[in-house]
Amino acid sequence: MKILVCISNVPDTTSKINFTGDNKEFDKNGVQFVINPWDEYALTRAIELKEAKGGSVTVLNVGEADAEPNIRKALAIGADDAIRVNAHPKDAFFVAAQIAAVAKDGGYDMILMGRESIDYNGFQVHNMVGEMLGIPSVTPAFKLDMVDDSTARLEKEIEGGKEVVEVKLPFVASAQQPMCEPRIPNMRGIMTARTKPLKVVEPAGGEAKSEYVSFSKPEKKGGVRMIDADNAAELISLLRNEAKVL
Amino acid sequence: MSVLVFVEGLHGEIKKSSLEAAFYGSQVAQSLGTTATAVAIGDVTEDALTKLGAQGISKVLFDADERLKQFVAEAYVKVIAKAVAQEGAKVLVFAHSNIGAAVGSRLAVRLNGSLATNVTSLPKTDGGSFVVTRSVFSGKAFADVNLYAEVKIIAVQKNSFELTSQEGNTASVERFSAEVSDADFGAAPKETVLLDTGGSVPLQEAEIVVSGGRGLKGPENWHLVEDLAKALGAATACSKPVSDMDWRPHHEHVGQTGITVSPNLYIAIGISGAIQHLAGVNSSKVIVVINKDAEAPFFKAADYGIVGDAFEVVPKLIEAAKALDK
Ligand SMILES: Cc1cc2nc3c(=O)[nH]c(=O)nc-3n(C[C@H](O)[C@H](O)[C@H](O)COP(=O)(O)OP(=O)(O)OC[C@H]3O[C@@H](n4cnc5c(N)ncnc54)[C@H](O)[C@@H]3O)c2cc1C
Repeated sequence: MKILVCISNVPDTTSKINFTGDNKEFDKNGVQFVINPWDEYALTRAIELKEAKGGSVTVLNVGEADAEPNIRKALAIGADDAIRVNAHPKDAFFVAAQIAAVAKDGGYDMILMGRESIDYNGFQVHNMVGEMLGIPSVTPAFKLDMVDDSTARLEKEIEGGKEVVEVKLPFVASAQQPMCEPRIPNMRGIMTARTKPLKVVEPAGGEAKSEYVSFSKPEKKGGVRMIDADNAAELISLLRNEAKVL
Repeated sequence: MSVLVFVEGLHGEIKKSSLEAAFYGSQVAQSLGTTATAVAIGDVTEDALTKLGAQGISKVLFDADERLKQFVAEAYVKVIAKAVAQEGAKVLVFAHSNIGAAVGSRLAVRLNGSLATNVTSLPKTDGGSFVVTRSVFSGKAFADVNLYAEVKIIAVQKNSFELTSQEGNTASVERFSAEVSDADFGAAPKETVLLDTGGSVPLQEAEIVVSGGRGLKGPENWHLVEDLAKALGAATACSKPVSDMDWRPHHEHVGQTGITVSPNLYIAIGISGAIQHLAGVNSSKVIVVINKDAEAPFFKAADYGIVGDAFEVVPKLIEAAKALDK
């Protein structure tokens, strides 16, 4: 089985978010970048499937050279090779077009990625790739197993429930917990990752359809009003009469 | 520049998030000097659809094909694309739900349009640009995005708009068929399992959420969270370690790597307020924190706080909530 896993390079979950230059750009200063946590589920599940059924896992990132440490990390976790599309990821449409271009002639049986990135939270790329390639997209999935060599069975979240879907290969799916337990690289993985192939390709056309013009931060809260624990019931009347939310 | 709103149904009714999308769509239409039409698919009755009038929708196109009661992206996209063509719509509005975002993304490709999800503002349309604000960095920031393709698709974040219903206004419902075929249902679900939420609303649609963390010590104490939620008509949620330890199911976990919620009221019990938890809940309108540690970081994000032991405080809250006249 040949699996393509898309990973994005995002600010660590503990990052304080700031912007520079008239709030036009994200301030990378002092920010550590990690593999998007949701993508780690896709990556680990792909490696588990490869271990069980054979095949290969290719990691794909649309991004600039500074993403390479995290691409190497994905190789250290167990992917076989990697492709970086050398471009600034302008918007979801652009990224999806790059992924679709790589996938088109790659003969992948499935394309996996996280449900959304924790920076731009688009929740779009998987479905866009599915539409661009004319194949089903199953998202967000929290369980993925093979029924036989040509069919997968997935469980996906719907508001207020879940759906069980069986799809023929190839398809796109996005992952979220509890699909698997994300792995961390071990020493041997880190050593072998250095020699695994990382191919850099130039973008294949595909324009963006939107432009980020500025950023802002939520207004600070007015401060907390404390209520004495002995008088806890007062909270309920404040929520009704003062905050007017009950 | 007509505006088309996609409306989802469940159990015969219109989902609240779709009512919000309808209201949003009619506001956009008004500012563009045009009207908003809705296209409805799924498990919804004609009677429920007429109520879209209260959100400013005058006409609803309804494809009542039985097979569409189940969500299949390819089939839904076909129906909406036909409605777009028929109405000549240039602005499409969806709820930012699993279904809305899925069909929105596929339509963006099919119609070569610009898409923004998690949208929290009405568009600003001066000088030929079309700029919406969306929530980014897991709620830690907002971004203004210019949608410059001819067709603009907007998925509206739940609970970001107050509905101002004009009761009494009704929408006319027109039967409409996109002639979906069995081939459009290739990826149809084998099985749909709706969770037993004990009669309460699903977490994503809830206006009030009561959430518990590791401070509750174990699943055997969850009746405190559940009883308070029941008394307030709220949904229940939890922090990540709680679902990782299987005290609660994963679909209840909120935060950066869980569900993002933006209810009117979020009550956090025994949750420290780690940055990853805050990321998924800090756009809640009012936040209440109950924690025995006065230094818990969550108090900095709270509107109301009680420093105290959950096992003593919550029973008092349950009692007071039960005494409220609804
Ligand atoms: C990549 C990544 C992603 C993550 N994503 C998420 C996420 O999406 N959501 C999430 O929630 N977390 C997430 N986390 C975990 C997060 O960092 C915290 O570990 C987690 O939120 C802590 O949960 P908690 O507050 O329930 O537990 P704790 O940190 O253990 O806090 C328990 C709190 O309960 C209080 N307490 C104890 N006993 C009582 C009592 N009797 N009465 C009242 N209060 C009491 C304590 O004072 C303490 O503040 C993520 C972490 C990482 C690294």
